[in-house]
Amino acid sequence: MAFVVSIVLLVIISIALQLFTPWWLQPIASNWSGIDATIDITMWVTGFVFVAVNLFLAYCVYRYRYDKNRRANYEPENKKLEVWLTGFTAIGVAALLTPGLFVWASFVNVPEDAVKVEVVGQQWQWAFRYPGADGVLGTADTAYVSPRNPLGVNPNDPFGQDDLVVEDKEMHLLMNQNVQLLLRSKDVLHDYTVAPFRVKMDMVPGSVSYMWLEPTLAGSYDILCEEHCGLGHFIMRGTVFVDEQADYDAWIAAQTTFAETQAVAEGNAQAGQANYAICSACHGVNGEGNLALNAPKLAGQEDWYLRQQIRYYKSGVRGTHPDDVYGAQMAPMAATLVNDAVINNVIAYIGTLPDNAAPETVTGDLANGADLYNSTCGTCHGDDGSGIWSLHAPALAGMTDWYLVRQLQNFKSGVRGAHPQDQQGYQMTAMVSALEGDEAINDVVAYINTLR
Amino acid sequence: MSYIPIADQTDEMHDPHTFIAKYVWSQDHKVIAIQYGTVAVAVGLVALVLSALMRLQLGFPDSFAFIDPAEYYQYVTMHGMIMVVYLLTALFLGGFGNYLIPLQIGARDMVFPFLNMLSFWFYLVSVIILMASFFIPGGPTGAGWTLYPPQAITAGTPGADGGIMLMLASLAVFIIAFTMGGLNYVTTVLQARTHGMTLMRMPLSVWGIFVATILGLFAFPALFVSAVMMTFDNMLGTSFFMPAMVSLGETLDHTGGGPVLFQHLFWFFGHPEVYIVALPAFGLVSDVLSCHARKNIFGYRMMVWAIVAIGGLSFIVWAHHMYVSGMNPYFGFFFAFTTLIIAVPTAIKVYNWVLTLWEGNIRLTVPMLFACGFIFTFVHGGLTGIFLGNVTVDLPLSDTYFVIAHFHMVMGVSPVMVLFAALYHWFPKMSGKMFNVTLGKIHFWATFFGTYAIYLPMHYLGFLGVPRRYYSMGTTDFIPESANTLNANITMAAIWVAVFQLVFIFNMIWSVWRGKKSDPNPWEATTLEWQTPDNPPCHGNWGAELPTVYRWAYEYSVPGVVDDFVPQNIPAKDVKTVDGSPYIGHED
Amino acid sequence: MSFLKSIFEKPWDYQGDDPNLSGQEIGESLHPKRIALRMFLAVIFVVFMLFIVAYFIRMELEDWRPMPESNLLWVNTGLLFICSVIMQWTRGAVHKGLQNPVKYGMVASGVITLAFVYGQLSAWEEMNNAGYYLASNPANSFFYVLTGLHGLHILGGLWVWTRATFKVLSGAEVKAIRLSIELCSVYWHFLLLVWLGIFALLSYT
Repeated sequence: MAFVVSIVLLVIISIALQLFTPWWLQPIASNWSGIDATIDITMWVTGFVFVAVNLFLAYCVYRYRYDKNRRANYEPENKKLEVWLTGFTAIGVAALLTPGLFVWASFVNVPEDAVKVEVVGQQWQWAFRYPGADGVLGTADTAYVSPRNPLGVNPNDPFGQDDLVVEDKEMHLLMNQNVQLLLRSKDVLHDYTVAPFRVKMDMVPGSVSYMWLEPTLAGSYDILCEEHCGLGHFIMRGTVFVDEQADYDAWIAAQTTFAETQAVAEGNAQAGQANYAICSACHGVNGEGNLALNAPKLAGQEDWYLRQQIRYYKSGVRGTHPDDVYGAQMAPMAATLVNDAVINNVIAYIGTLPDNAAPETVTGDLANGADLYNSTCGTCHGDDGSGIWSLHAPALAGMTDWYLVRQLQNFKSGVRGAHPQDQQGYQMTAMVSALEGDEAINDVVAYINTLR
Repeated sequence: MSYIPIADQTDEMHDPHTFIAKYVWSQDHKVIAIQYGTVAVAVGLVALVLSALMRLQLGFPDSFAFIDPAEYYQYVTMHGMIMVVYLLTALFLGGFGNYLIPLQIGARDMVFPFLNMLSFWFYLVSVIILMASFFIPGGPTGAGWTLYPPQAITAGTPGADGGIMLMLASLAVFIIAFTMGGLNYVTTVLQARTHGMTLMRMPLSVWGIFVATILGLFAFPALFVSAVMMTFDNMLGTSFFMPAMVSLGETLDHTGGGPVLFQHLFWFFGHPEVYIVALPAFGLVSDVLSCHARKNIFGYRMMVWAIVAIGGLSFIVWAHHMYVSGMNPYFGFFFAFTTLIIAVPTAIKVYNWVLTLWEGNIRLTVPMLFACGFIFTFVHGGLTGIFLGNVTVDLPLSDTYFVIAHFHMVMGVSPVMVLFAALYHWFPKMSGKMFNVTLGKIHFWATFFGTYAIYLPMHYLGFLGVPRRYYSMGTTDFIPESANTLNANITMAAIWVAVFQLVFIFNMIWSVWRGKKSDPNPWEATTLEWQTPDNPPCHGNWGAELPTVYRWAYEYSVPGVVDDFVPQNIPAKDVKTVDGSPYIGHED
Repeated sequence: MSFLKSIFEKPWDYQGDDPNLSGQEIGESLHPKRIALRMFLAVIFVVFMLFIVAYFIRMELEDWRPMPESNLLWVNTGLLFICSVIMQWTRGAVHKGLQNPVKYGMVASGVITLAFVYGQLSAWEEMNNAGYYLASNPANSFFYVLTGLHGLHILGGLWVWTRATFKVLSGAEVKAIRLSIELCSVYWHFLLLVWLGIFALLSYT
């Protein structure tokens, strides 16, 4: 009896959850309402079968419960019934499948007017490429990938020169315009998923996969990677904005073309020396850092990292959190570097400064630190702590250790990395959860001190 | 030909006498079955603990700092692989296959007992290799149980230095072990049946195990082939699967390989693997249902055909795991079609199970509770499979919690319900003791409610779009607080279920040690294994003479017979009828 | 086929242990070892088929550069063919119960098989010396893997062959080893067939 009641109860609970669920498909933001309709049909049909079969099960268990004075009916088979049930099932299955195949057919065939946009995946970030004025994407290949050409655009392809290279976690799409997303990966498998768009597709290194949609609802949506891509799979995040025409145009206009990214002049160290004067007040003449003034060491740090952080300070991605006292001091200083050329010059000058390891001020349990570092930090920052450009992971070894401690604390408390445009900052906030308490932070930094 | 069929051979069985020959280097199928079963359950408990750890991280992402992302991915991977291959496959085929085939078809043993023993020891070696990966620098692989390259063997994945190699080596050894066992099972079913045991008189358990073994023999080579090629890619720098790529800032030497090729090979193994687990479960549960409902299995022929049809179809549906893999999207039409076809024979099996209960005389014993619980969970899991098999519906749902919930319902909970049903059902035969019924019922209720509490709500997180294989969700704009609370509750349910499995372990151990002596045929079943002269059956199973089979395996509640069951091996003249007339069986 | 016929029976319709129902519909005259060997060869066949399917799929990708043909492979093919013929001849001798021809046949086939293995290794060396390394192109990789796997398959056969030959040479009754020799011959024919398939694949693509 308990069994019968519980089966009925579970059926009722299941129906109730379906009817009143607070968790359901997000409001659709694309033309793929056909998918939602297919889900609805499937839900109705399977729901009916679920209820019918299980209530019948409960009925049988109740009605034919054991009675020693009764005999079960002897009935090896009932051909008629079985044929009916088979036919009925086959029809039901066909009814489920047919609408789905129609939707799939339209998913497979991309409309001719669709604008092509490229999405490039790598461990563990997104990048995007839009066709420039000519409306054609240039060719690209992993063989061309370098720090200056992170997407591997073919430098010899004339169509590629005006392509807009968006090396950022944010992409924009124009509302009510068909768009075909060409999906490419530089390393492992990834999957481009925006849940409100409903469609998704894997990105396979070595080939270009695709999907298409028409965004229909303005707003911003998370881009998630949904194919396991290694340690940082869960922090591979992006954002897609569905814009009205004016916003979209403004955003497009602000992007740089591939040709522009290649034309940026190398920094001039001599010119940069003058601009460095203001930095040297805190960071030291040789960029060695100064604990008393809370200024970290700069010498020996990777140039792209310094450039990115200066830009972050300038644009308010960093140094604007109310509790970020030292960041607030840095922000106005960064503003004195008026343009990219000046920034490059300063960074070029820093590159000429002698890279002597900073003094050790942090101690901790090295064995525990090594475990923590090797299982979590080392994947991105390198086993030797020298940083990896393609992951935007800066050098750690030989840098000012007290600064590392403070930044880890900041990432933990959200003082750093909480800004929506701070892609790597976000990733750090997720990864530091493996460090529990100040002791673990000290341990791992103490271990980093041994890597110099 | 001078060859004498096994049923007519009169070889002496040589009873082993020393402890080691009897229980360690044993060639007796029953001992090997229990060895297989014990190792599988032990390694399954490891996987259960891993899943609990994984759930702790998912339910309370900020509270368990000792689970770092690398470990999380390692737990996920090892949990999946252990459960699918080293627990379910090994327990159903190595365990129940070994135990039941010779007993249910009336043979003294497998036809190649030595090979059978080797099979177990190779299996043990594969388990040891797999477990060793926990103790090497870098730990076990964290590539996900699907082991997709390039990720599985590149630096950004935990365990890429040694763990993945041990995983592949362990799988290769497992496949060798399985092939040795599998050849044995197939040959035994074909050649060692006793007199009168026609194919269509075999219990469905044997049918399920038989067809599943054939599937395994032809599906595991695909895993073997892909493991070999991946090993070459990793160790010797070939480019079978490895494309040109920039891994963590370094350009690798590989060129132009096809990652999707691996996926095809993997799922050409992976989908039949689902049925390698499911078909034995279908068979075993059919026997349990029929016996405890005191009624023949409804539509036996259909059940056999469905097993064979599902087995055949399972080889042409694999790419439904790859709808969004970047393969040629036109394949989607074909595979959606074949996948939904397979729903038909599967549905027939479900109908026949409930129709077996219809007009039965149901004894709700512990094994029967699990068997009926299985019908419920399997219906649920099967129906959600229709969502994912339909290529369009799969687009939003693939790689989300919906997939996790689906395959745990259909391939986790359901087969496990059958395993428990079967273990409780055959426990009195295997041990000669009766288990504790109260503990068995507690175990059932906790497991049944607990697992449904885990997986029912998980489907809805999938609808919401919560992705699988995420160490933590971090900040998103679509996951409400309620979903996080739900996730925490799911974890509580998972831990609840895990803890209550201890009741089962305790019950088994306690009952073997202190349980009441059981009748030789406590469930009043018809099949041969319950008719052995000794209980539990001793070496050679049948004493001096092999049993002769006079009828099919489901002669329950035949009108006009005194008892409500007629064992397969009782001659018609010995069957007592109500009016004393000679027994002629049923006539249409 | 009796299997197909039998699964349409209604088992509840009849009772008794009629000898026609002795439960041996399939291959009742077959020794279990024959069934097991057939199943095993079918499994091996699937392994090679999967490699070959993978070969065709991988071939479609851009970086495929076919390997040159080696004349040595023709010689090896001839050796394996002769081996198969001798095996068949030995099998005939077993049926006639002739002791000495069986000895010669077994020894000869083993020696020639070893020559084949040596020939294959020489082919590897030839390719390696010509700069066709394992990892330099997928076509090369497949060449080494397929021939290597076939070689392993042969070594497995040689192990069984060793046992049978040992028995023959130590003067066992021909009848007692008839089954082993028949199984060996089946195995060797299969080896030849698989090799012909691989060889054709490597030569024509």
